[in-house]
Amino acid sequence: MLAFIIQRVAQAALVLAVMSFVIFGLIGLMPGDPVDLLISADPQMTQEDIAKLREIYGLDKPIVLRYASWLAEVLQGDFGFSRLFARPVFDVLLPALGNTLTLLGISLSMALLIGLPLGIWAAVRPYSTRDYAVNLFAFAGISVPSFWLGLILIIIFAVVLGWLPAGGFGTPGVKVWGDTLIYLVLPAASLTLANVGGYTRYMRASMLETLRQDYIRTARAKGLSNRQVVLGHALRNALIPVTTIIALDFGSLFSGALITETIFAYPGMGKLTYDAVMGNDFNLALVALLLGTLVTLTGNILADLAYAWLDPRIGFGGHKQ
Amino acid sequence: MMIRPARFGLVAPVLLTALGLSFFTLPAKAAPREQLTIGITQYPSTFHPNIDSMLAKSYILGFTRRPFTVFDQDWKLICMLCTTLPTIENGHAKPEVAPNGKKGIAVTYTIRPDAVWGDGKPITTKDVMFTWRAGREGKSGIIPVEFYRSAYKVKAKDEKTFTIHFDKLAFDYNAINAFSLVPAHVDEVTFDADPVNYKNKTAFDTQTTNEALYFGPYVIAETERGAHVVLVRNPKWWGKPGPFKRIVIKVIPNTAALEANLLSGNIDMIAGELGFTVDQALRFEKRHGRKFNIHYKPGLIYEHIDVNLDNPLLKNRDIRHALIYAIDRDAVSKQLFSGKQPVADTVVNPLDWVHADDIPKYKYDPKKALDLLVKNGFTKLEKGVRTHAKTGEALRFDFMTTAGSKARELVQQVLQSQWKAVGIDVKIKNEQARVYFGETVRQRKYTGLAMYAWLSAPESVPRGQVHSAHIPTAANNWAGQNYPGFHNEEMDDLIEKIEVELDKTKRKAMWRRLQEIYATELPVIPLYFRAEAYIMPKWLTNIRPTGHQYTTGLWVEEWQVK
Repeated sequence: MLAFIIQRVAQAALVLAVMSFVIFGLIGLMPGDPVDLLISADPQMTQEDIAKLREIYGLDKPIVLRYASWLAEVLQGDFGFSRLFARPVFDVLLPALGNTLTLLGISLSMALLIGLPLGIWAAVRPYSTRDYAVNLFAFAGISVPSFWLGLILIIIFAVVLGWLPAGGFGTPGVKVWGDTLIYLVLPAASLTLANVGGYTRYMRASMLETLRQDYIRTARAKGLSNRQVVLGHALRNALIPVTTIIALDFGSLFSGALITETIFAYPGMGKLTYDAVMGNDFNLALVALLLGTLVTLTGNILADLAYAWLDPRIGFGGHKQ
Repeated sequence: MMIRPARFGLVAPVLLTALGLSFFTLPAKAAPREQLTIGITQYPSTFHPNIDSMLAKSYILGFTRRPFTVFDQDWKLICMLCTTLPTIENGHAKPEVAPNGKKGIAVTYTIRPDAVWGDGKPITTKDVMFTWRAGREGKSGIIPVEFYRSAYKVKAKDEKTFTIHFDKLAFDYNAINAFSLVPAHVDEVTFDADPVNYKNKTAFDTQTTNEALYFGPYVIAETERGAHVVLVRNPKWWGKPGPFKRIVIKVIPNTAALEANLLSGNIDMIAGELGFTVDQALRFEKRHGRKFNIHYKPGLIYEHIDVNLDNPLLKNRDIRHALIYAIDRDAVSKQLFSGKQPVADTVVNPLDWVHADDIPKYKYDPKKALDLLVKNGFTKLEKGVRTHAKTGEALRFDFMTTAGSKARELVQQVLQSQWKAVGIDVKIKNEQARVYFGETVRQRKYTGLAMYAWLSAPESVPRGQVHSAHIPTAANNWAGQNYPGFHNEEMDDLIEKIEVELDKTKRKAMWRRLQEIYATELPVIPLYFRAEAYIMPKWLTNIRPTGHQYTTGLWVEEWQVK
């Protein structure tokens, strides 16, 4: 297992290294670097001024050399400064990352806690009224755009009922967990509702497929109760494809929180990454995008480990024994 | 300054659907009068007054700092941090010969005797000298570059009096609005240790809540990046105290969410400077206007269409005239903006004292547009598009603006249909702002028409926009903002002369001629002056929107609570 983890971490490191170059190159190709915009606004700027500014912003070298010097600094633990926020990149990123992981952690947990049982519940009685009701709920969740859902939640719970704050990150001046949690309710609910439908559908489909398997029939023939069959025998196998989906979703959730963060004025990674890309903040955008990649890769490694746990026949090499 | 599009919510229908629900709205919470919560759509990237130009920063710093000089609500230059506005007449400004051999001027200012930083230390010429020195250091990243380039020498007479020597004698010689003081006792050591990295180490970003950085009615007491800024009264403020104990500025980037926050009582008001666009405010007013004071103030944000004069068709002045005659800008303003955004005749706002009324104006006249097109050989109509009788060339242009800017896209569609009515085919080709401003407009890659806005100051000479030396080319590294590529010797000459003419009467006459050339030659199709919409609670009065780039917070002590 240790060898497997080491191998996957090494692969992930390689992917990250390649991605860092790709992202660095793509950001460098985007039009209008910060000095271009300054030159545009000041036609009296001399060539000497321009050269000085390019040197200040590190734009005076070819992109490959810029990447090499960035990488050398990163390997020494220096990720550089954010141009937009004039702070070390991690000073800006870490609070936002913490906020997003809190939001995603809550919403993903809630979506799984609701979606998986609902999917199982629907699958054990396929095409029943219960199944149709669950499907209706799931499709509604999948179909509703997240910005619309967010606004509806704000209007109902903040404007009409006045129970919850409409957005923000806590009451200014109040630094207690309870207060932060109140501000998290609506964005977390919005993300949960947006994701729960998908998980319900995946779980239902996977459980339906598993329940058709021969070993399930055998289990039933042995006289096991429906509960024992579903939870004791079918669930582990049914979770394998769902685990893949969750792992893949983890990365997209990371970026997908942008809309929710914008609607609820929640200072997280999605909005920060968007601002960094739009504001031509090379370092910040690069590290933020790499963090997104890292989160996705971590999700995949965890999924691989989960496969082996869910089905012991799957070795850490990823093949069925 | 080029204006980027405001971020529009696509969610008006949602709010409309919620209208029914709002009948059941609980009574609004009584607003705590000791605190005012303002909603804005942007969080500043830095709090340093001289690094990066950003409206969100100007807005917040408006409550916490005071410029030496500023344009007031009546667009008159006044002193805020100085005791007397220096003029040649009062002897505080003296023309001299600059080291470059040109006419320069020495302008003497005296800092208010009672002016102190938030930590009680007096504001002195040490701060002036440090700020100027940091600005002159080319690698510090401090703006505005032009001011520090021109202010080649500063001499301190004593603790409170100093003289700035400019290498140019311009009519606005005494306006040092952009010279924003930085406390030497806080930031000088950091700057001297590493001028290049000063922008990353300044106390404005590492100790934002240090009261020694501020000298307005309020100081910054708390910041949560991307979420909010809390201001509290500055006990060392020398003037009338601000009306609230605390002002909380909440950042809500989505305007629909901003509206919901206002309705829920989470915020008390929406800043006009950084809130709703006029169309959004008008929709809001229809639904909730009774509950709020809504004030529209047209200002210096000039919406216009740049015409690429390299395009052989658009090089023809008659075609440009036909373009403007064919569009009903009055109707656009009335229908889309309830007339709140006045139609522009030139780059000069009617509120500006140099505005001239006796210049060519273009009322909607599609017949005249057609006559001009026919006169220029576009007599044939093929599939609704006019083509040249001899060359067969079709009257077809690309029409670009920022994608996602709802109001602009709406205006664009109206103009497209009006041009279509006279046989001019414009193809809408919008781009994301980052690409549009970063490359397409900046490098004059648009081939026909490009719509966007300029923000200027009162009596701002449009050198950058229409002087031929400012046409961006590959040779000059795309420097300059004369994106149409307009070249007119008389215009160039007028700009040079206006900038140095001190006699107001003579200057006004030159301004009139400048506007006349602008309106006759039409390198740019003027559309309208954008208005700002201030949504304020009924209990808050005496906020006087300025219409220019200096924000209302600079006069916060005059705000009144009923």
